[in-house]
Amino acid sequence: MPLYGPLMGETTGIHGHNADLIDAYLARPLGDGPYPGVLLLHHMPGWDEWSIEATRYFAHHGYIAICPNLHHRAGPGTADEMAAATRERGGVPDEQCMGDAAGAVAYLRAMPSNNGKVGVIGFCSGGRQAYLAACELHGVDAAVDCWGGRVYVPEEERQGRGQPLDLTPKMHVPLLGIFGNDDTNPSPEHVDRIEAALKDAGKPYEFHRYDGAGHGFFATGRPGYRPVQATDGWKKVFSWFETYLQPART
Amino acid sequence: MCTWILHRADIRGSGKGQAGWFPIQQANVAFDHPADAPLDHAVLIDFVNEAMGPSARVAVELSATSARALVEAIQSALEDGDKQHVANHEDVVTLSVHSTYLN
Repeated sequence: MPLYGPLMGETTGIHGHNADLIDAYLARPLGDGPYPGVLLLHHMPGWDEWSIEATRYFAHHGYIAICPNLHHRAGPGTADEMAAATRERGGVPDEQCMGDAAGAVAYLRAMPSNNGKVGVIGFCSGGRQAYLAACELHGVDAAVDCWGGRVYVPEEERQGRGQPLDLTPKMHVPLLGIFGNDDTNPSPEHVDRIEAALKDAGKPYEFHRYDGAGHGFFATGRPGYRPVQATDGWKKVFSWFETYLQPART
Repeated sequence: MCTWILHRADIRGSGKGQAGWFPIQQANVAFDHPADAPLDHAVLIDFVNEAMGPSARVAVELSATSARALVEAIQSALEDGDKQHVANHEDVVTLSVHSTYLN
């Protein structure tokens, strides 16, 4: 696909968890394809403009990309209103998120221009959800966790509940991890623990840890944006999906 | 932070939102990523009326230092009220009206 080709971007509806109809932003190249799909799980501030831009960025690079509004049920409202209302309700349950993600994957796979491959990427809380998806969600072929916090949860904070890290033996797709070494959630020590679990379970993964970057360093317009590290990080993301989602070149 | 940790306070008063004044019933306070303030983390305070929907909301995002300054300012204002013996007469009057009509 030629870069800078024509794109289509629109809000559509998908059937998520419990067959609930929720909003999703869909961006895709206008050609016939075949194109790989990408499911983008937005960060905790919500289904906001940056998340929509990132979705279009994938389309710009030749992917059919979809970003479901994981806070839809707290709406209608603006992204920050729905994020605040979701927090008031106690957050997004993992089961609900995986249901919404499954709906989005099914939507991508049903598109005639999909090449039969779908990757998942998540940022911040979405990074944690991408880790869960890599372990539990059928229909995905590769995953990217961008600084997902609370994949590893210190024992004293678990309150008897599990942690995504416990699911690592079930991980069924290769995982790319992008982290900032100045982040506190996940801290470098947390990332060490995740990496150790992946090694112990013999899972294919690749981690990139950036000095001089903290949490959310891809987010343009935010004080944590680090253009040099972010530019390299995006290259790592596209290289990962190129490897696992594109058909082998003959 | 990336957590859903929230501290709630049941409150009574009014807030001015997009559609004007509305009764607020709850303040939600968290320390997490802001939507707008140029900070990595901020104290997020939402004055809301859940029954009126997510748009019934007055939101502020403050740096930790600012939030502490705000707490001090509120305490000082309450002390002023105490000196004038009015701070304990604070509860908002709830409108209760029973109307009948002859058609």
